[in-house]
Amino acid sequence: MSTPPTSLLEVTDLGVRFGHRRIEAVRAVSFSLEPGQRLGVIGESGSGKTVTALAVMGLLPENATASGSIRVAGTEILGLAEPELARLRGNVLSMVFQEPMTALDPTMRVGRQVAEVLRLHQGAEPGRARERVVDMLTRVGLDDAERVADAYPHQLSGGQRQRVILAMAVINSPRLVICDEPTTALDVTVQAKVLRLLDEVLTESGAACLFISHDLAVVSQVCDQVVVMLDGRIVEAGTVAELFTAPRHPYTRGLVATARLDLVEPGQRLPVVEDFYEADEVRS
Amino acid sequence: MKRFQLVVGLVLVGLVVASAIVSLFWTPFDPIQVDGANRLRPPGWPHLLGTDGFGIDIVSQLLVGARATLLVGIVSVGVSAVVGVPLGMVAGQLGGWLDEVVMRAADIVYAFPALILAMLFASVWGASTVTAMAAIGISTIPAFARVSRAGALQVVASDFVLAARVSGTSRLGIAVRHVGPNIAPVVGVQASVVFALAILAEAALSYLGLGTPRSVPTWGNMLRQAQDQLFTAPLQSVWPGLAIALAVLGFNLLGDGLRDYLDPRLREVQ
Repeated sequence: MSTPPTSLLEVTDLGVRFGHRRIEAVRAVSFSLEPGQRLGVIGESGSGKTVTALAVMGLLPENATASGSIRVAGTEILGLAEPELARLRGNVLSMVFQEPMTALDPTMRVGRQVAEVLRLHQGAEPGRARERVVDMLTRVGLDDAERVADAYPHQLSGGQRQRVILAMAVINSPRLVICDEPTTALDVTVQAKVLRLLDEVLTESGAACLFISHDLAVVSQVCDQVVVMLDGRIVEAGTVAELFTAPRHPYTRGLVATARLDLVEPGQRLPVVEDFYEADEVRS
Repeated sequence: MKRFQLVVGLVLVGLVVASAIVSLFWTPFDPIQVDGANRLRPPGWPHLLGTDGFGIDIVSQLLVGARATLLVGIVSVGVSAVVGVPLGMVAGQLGGWLDEVVMRAADIVYAFPALILAMLFASVWGASTVTAMAAIGISTIPAFARVSRAGALQVVASDFVLAARVSGTSRLGIAVRHVGPNIAPVVGVQASVVFALAILAEAALSYLGLGTPRSVPTWGNMLRQAQDQLFTAPLQSVWPGLAIALAVLGFNLLGDGLRDYLDPRLREVQ
């Protein structure tokens, strides 16, 4: 697999295991991402998708050992020293978290938390930072950005918080934004709005995106390319359209069926993934 | 209800502080001068709470005694927090062998009560306010270290610290900006509890003759003095006892009230 050096993210044969367990949480995972490209990673809980994301961010817990290679804009992430990683994070790489309720520090005003990211990487002076923060908060669709910037996280709704987190993730114009189930904790209407917003913001900044989700329907709204993970391996990869029309792996067929509940005849039992795919005994 | 606690705590602590300040400039009578003609006066005028076995005015002694109480409290809590909190934060944030060393050392210090340390110091350097402060301060370091470590562990595991790391914040930055503010309420509560303990310990130490020398009026010294007249003038021991009890109560209520007030999550709920 030879990829031109322009690849933004190049994951080759990634393996991650925790502690002394024999089974790898992630096995032989390879994929690549070009600048501005969006890749969805789909899989159920425990399939290794979050571990993959953490590995790309260089945030694996200390008891984890990773093998293979992860190159971000040509720099090898695995084994990179913490200060170098810190420089990459927030500047080249950033991340949107799943839980908007816990991803913001409850003791800090929201505006300051967003400004912090700016200050770390651009050394912006306080007055100027404030301006940019409010501007960014407006861009993520918060109407009264001034008020939100002065609010503490508990004073905001889940949707507002997730917008703030999105603002934090993109304010430094990173080249790759990793979204770990960014809408799972939100209700469906807010979810749709945040997804549309994410789409807009990514298009505007031209950032690439690694979008992690268990929901094929959600992924198809943001991404064009998808990889399906199961038990730590990639079992299928392709465009969203390919996956929907011609899923090859039985697990993917199950996912597609559960994502297209509108096709089910009224009165019929709703499909579940297990109808298509028997989980093997590897996981115990 | 919570507001009520804070107000009562503030009033009681305010009274202690006011007494200490007032006593620097004015006391109704001389708090040290022995007056044989006025021994063991019952409460009345001009000695509002009466006089002790040496004829010294009780009110004056209580006012001056507040000074020693506050001084010992502030210095010992200060020493203890300044040493204990950073130790606990470092242990909690970095973990590993450092955590193990710090916390086991804290366990060892924890095994020595303030009283034993005070006796040790008093026998080496002679009993004084300083040895009492050192003993109380050192023996309460583990309390701060444990609370800070537990808090730091919780904060470091949170998503917002992960988010801060994602945006490239250094460990020191995380400690200062995230861990510190988040554990401040528990440290504050701990400080007020330790302050109350320090007041009790100071009183006990001077009562036992292991703290502030007898010639200086402190609440503990007054208690010891009153013990001689427990049967002839029982009220004598009530006044310093009451002062100690109210001061301890005051600091405890203040701590509780402050915790609720400082926590932005709880503040909104009211």
